[in-house]
Amino acid sequence: MAEFFYMGGYAFHVWTSYALAFVVLFINIVGPSLRHKKNLQSASDFQQQNEVKADDA
Amino acid sequence: MMKWLHTMASSAWFYRFSGQMIPWLTAIFAVLFVYGLYGGLITAPADYQQGDAFRIIYIHVPAAWMSLFIYIVMAVYAFIALVWRIKLAEVLLISSAPVGAAFTFLALVTGSLWGKPMWGTWWSWDARLTSELLLLFLYWGVIGLYAAIEDKRTASRAVSILTLIGVVNIPIIHYSVEWWNTLHQGSSVTLTNKPTMPLEMLIPLLVMATAFKVYYGISLLIRTRAELVEREPNSKWLKQVIEENDHG
Repeated sequence: MAEFFYMGGYAFHVWTSYALAFVVLFINIVGPSLRHKKNLQSASDFQQQNEVKADDA
Repeated sequence: MMKWLHTMASSAWFYRFSGQMIPWLTAIFAVLFVYGLYGGLITAPADYQQGDAFRIIYIHVPAAWMSLFIYIVMAVYAFIALVWRIKLAEVLLISSAPVGAAFTFLALVTGSLWGKPMWGTWWSWDARLTSELLLLFLYWGVIGLYAAIEDKRTASRAVSILTLIGVVNIPIIHYSVEWWNTLHQGSSVTLTNKPTMPLEMLIPLLVMATAFKVYYGISLLIRTRAELVEREPNSKWLKQVIEENDHG
């Protein structure tokens, strides 16, 4: 097991590469998901405001 | 055929369809990615020259392939957006750019991490490295230009033209290792020749490359959905979607 993490002496280079890949893959799913949620919320608010205005008129 | 294209290109249809696709794509990606990691880190033997450092290949090469692949796909969207003025193509184009930039960044940084122990340097102004760096700037240019122009349809036209101009860089990146004999090694895997690595090294590489392609699909769909909601907040289809969400 220790040998696996040691990576024949290239532990830093190999594990940093894989860790970066995880970070990049994670960010590009979570970021857009949050943005999608936020946009849906503001669209919903926007539509409700329009309905209120339409009722007042 | 045209009618089918127009249905596919409608925001309402795309939004619903992509919502159904995402869980499936995520499952496929998870299986491929875990298998790729297992194959690349555990079952593949250490390289006889590079030892375990070569395992960076399972991130570096798929990421580099994606950096080119996504740009070519973007050029196709750009062409469709310019010629047929299809809005969905505009949204797919701009939603691809951050994923392409992310993979280009990953290819460059993992290349640097691989170059240090093998070449003795983090960076060199080698033809392959320089043209890949230029690709990163192209992606950033597309993102920046789109953000800078207020009207999103005008922004999309500008971005489409920039994307098509930047396409000249793609063959330069691809052939750089043949045209200029520099630090970066030639291709180990090509479509026409027999690969120069054993199967237990090659299969995880191809699996990882497929996983990254599926990943691009997932990220692209989520981004496109977010962009569609932002662009058409007051549309009928979105009202329906929001109503369904509230009641479901």
